[in-house]
This record gives sequence, structure tokens and C-alpha cells, in this order.
Amino acid sequence: MAIKIYSFIFTMWVLILIGGGLIVTIIGPFSLGGIGNVNPIILSGIKVGIALVLIFVWVFTLTKVKNWIFKTDVKY
Amino acid sequence: MEEKIIVAIIVSAIAFFSIYAFTPILIKFLEKRNLTVKDVNKMGNVMIPRPGGISILIGIVASEIVLYSFFPISEILAIIITSILGFSVGIIDDKKTMGGWFKPLALAFCAAPILLLGAYDSNLDFPLFGSVKIPSLYLALVVFMIPIMGNTINSIDVLNGIASGVTTIASFALAVSLFILQNYEIGIACLCLAFASLGFYKYHKFPSRIFPGDSGAVMFGATYGVIAIVGQVEVIAAIAILPAVINSFLFLSSVKKIVEHREIKNPVKHTDDFKLKSTDENHAPITLVRLLIAKKPLSEKQICNEVLKLTAFSGILAVITAFMMGVRI
Repeated sequence: MAIKIYSFIFTMWVLILIGGGLIVTIIGPFSLGGIGNVNPIILSGIKVGIALVLIFVWVFTLTKVKNWIFKTDVKY
Repeated sequence: MEEKIIVAIIVSAIAFFSIYAFTPILIKFLEKRNLTVKDVNKMGNVMIPRPGGISILIGIVASEIVLYSFFPISEILAIIITSILGFSVGIIDDKKTMGGWFKPLALAFCAAPILLLGAYDSNLDFPLFGSVKIPSLYLALVVFMIPIMGNTINSIDVLNGIASGVTTIASFALAVSLFILQNYEIGIACLCLAFASLGFYKYHKFPSRIFPGDSGAVMFGATYGVIAIVGQVEVIAAIAILPAVINSFLFLSSVKKIVEHREIKNPVKHTDDFKLKSTDENHAPITLVRLLIAKKPLSEKQICNEVLKLTAFSGILAVITAFMMGVRI
């Protein structure tokens, strides 16, 4: 069982690295330059929205990984 | 550099020895006033003094104040005030059991000194990919970080020595990471937390002579969280305590709501020889401990050792991540 938990920790670490990469490459350079001068608060709000979607995808993926690793061990 | 090494030795010694010396006095004080709780994982009626948070408060705050006298920077002041506020929230919960939402909300206010002192930088650093500037999102991160860390450490405080042991290992890993990133002042501040939790672990490890209580566990988490923010090592800090994060994640993904841990069904039960085994109750939450004993019952000491080994593994991943911070792809 401990091996499964170690592999889950390692998977989570990899997901953190990938998730960080997505945040930096998607949110960091994101702008609405083509539309003209956009209010920074609106731009910030859009960035927050994208970040929330990424976090949701991240947690969803982690939940699937958790279910796959531990499905035979504990039922809820 | 030589001055910083001397300061690091002085404050680490203050953090460790103040707790090492004061905790036995606190144990006697609490026993005399009958401020004890039953250790449910021991055979018979073993009563343990609680809360040990007072001794942790003295160790952390004394060492951080001395550190502040050497390096009077707002980041260290934010650590001191947030730690005291974290302790205050925990001691209220020790004295009177509050609802599941009390701690997260109260701990969110503990982040106020970080914001008021401006002891943060709104760049979020990631390994390999660089940093991203997210001013408004980062404010939310600051407010959420303290409740998340406070509750994460508090929710793993289920067996003898786990909360202090996990904090010790994670803090040492975080301190090493801060030194790798050449953030020496905050690295030394993190050493204070590491040595304070090590000093307390001496009395909290199996078989416990004192429990930290909510005041101790929440203060460990709040201090760890504020160090992560002011040291700009949020991602590394999260990696170093992944076993505790996983415990909270498993719990929340099975219960699907925020509840006070005393309100939930116990996910473990005892064998005749008082080992811990997973409950057959389907509606008991999934926790890290429940996973560790899913296949076969283990003694409390064996489970503690397994959790500490998992934390050491996470600590190694955190230090690797710190090295990766300087690499760009």
C-alpha cells in the first residue's frame, strides 16, 4: 500500500510541475491586445477565470488518478 | 555570510531549547489542573496533557523576535504576528469546540499582517517555466494559504508525533530550499520553525507525553504558510507537505464538505492487540492513515513511521524542485 501512496505523491508532484507550466504559459502572457485598451480589472478577472478552470481540471485529473490508484483498497 | 551562520545557530538553539526546557514544566502545569484528554489509541485510560501550543508559541515567537533584532525586515515581523494570530485561533478552538467553518474563516484574517505589511511579492514562481505575475489572484492566494496550511497540519494531527514530525521534516526541506534559492533571512526563519517543531517532537512522539492541541497544530501550519508566502516558495512548500495535503484532499473528496474533525465517523478501529485497522463503515472518510492500514492492521508507531517516511520523500521532491527553479525550458 505504501508504494501506491509514494506513486500518488510522485504523480501529484508531476501534476504540480505541469500545472505550473500551464499557468505560466497560458495566464502569464495572456492579453486582449487585439481588442484595444482593455480595463486591467477586466483582464485580471479573465485571468482569474482561466486560473479557476485550470485548477478545476487539475483537481479533476487528480481525483481520477486517486480513484485509479486506490480503487481496490478503500471504498466510500 | 559568517554573521548569518552565527544568527542561524543562535535562533535555532533558542527555538529548540526553549521548547525542550519549557514543555516538561507545561506538562506538569496541565496535569495539575487536569487539562488532559484520553489518548484513544492506547490501551486503558491513558490521559495526555493538552494543549502544548503554549510551549510551541514561546519557542517560535522568542526565536523569531531575536531573528528580527538581527534582520528587522517586514517579512519576519509578518511571520511573528501571523504565528501569534494562528495560535490565538487554535487556542479558542482548544477551549471551545467551534464549527467546521470557524477555523478557515478566522485563519483567513490571520493573513492580514502579510497584506498590511506588504510582505509579499505577487509573482508566483514555478520550476522550469519561470514566474507569472498575478496581482489580484495572488491576494486570494495569500488569504487562502494560511487557512489551508493551518487546517492541513491540524487534520493530520491524529496520531502521536505526526503533526510535529511532519512539520519538522517539511520545515527542514523548506529551509534547505530557501538556502538553495539564496533567500537566507527567511531560510533562517524557517529553521526556527524546524527546530521548534523538533523540540516539541521529543515530547509528542510515540508514546506522547503531551498533545499540541489545535493551538499547536494550527500555529505550526500558519507559521509554515506565512514562511511560504514571504519566502516566495509557495509551490515548494506545498510539495514538502504533500502527505498532509493528500490527507486533506482524500478527506474532502470523500466527505465533500468542510466539517470539524470531531463531527465525523472514525475511519479507523482497533484490533484486540490495539493495532489500528480500517473501518468497514462505508461512510467514514478516507484519510492517509486509513489508506496505510487498508491491507493490514499496523501499530500506531508503525503508522507514524510510514507517514514520516512519506514526508521525507516529499521533502526530497521539494529540494529537487528548488534546484529546478533555476532551470528554464
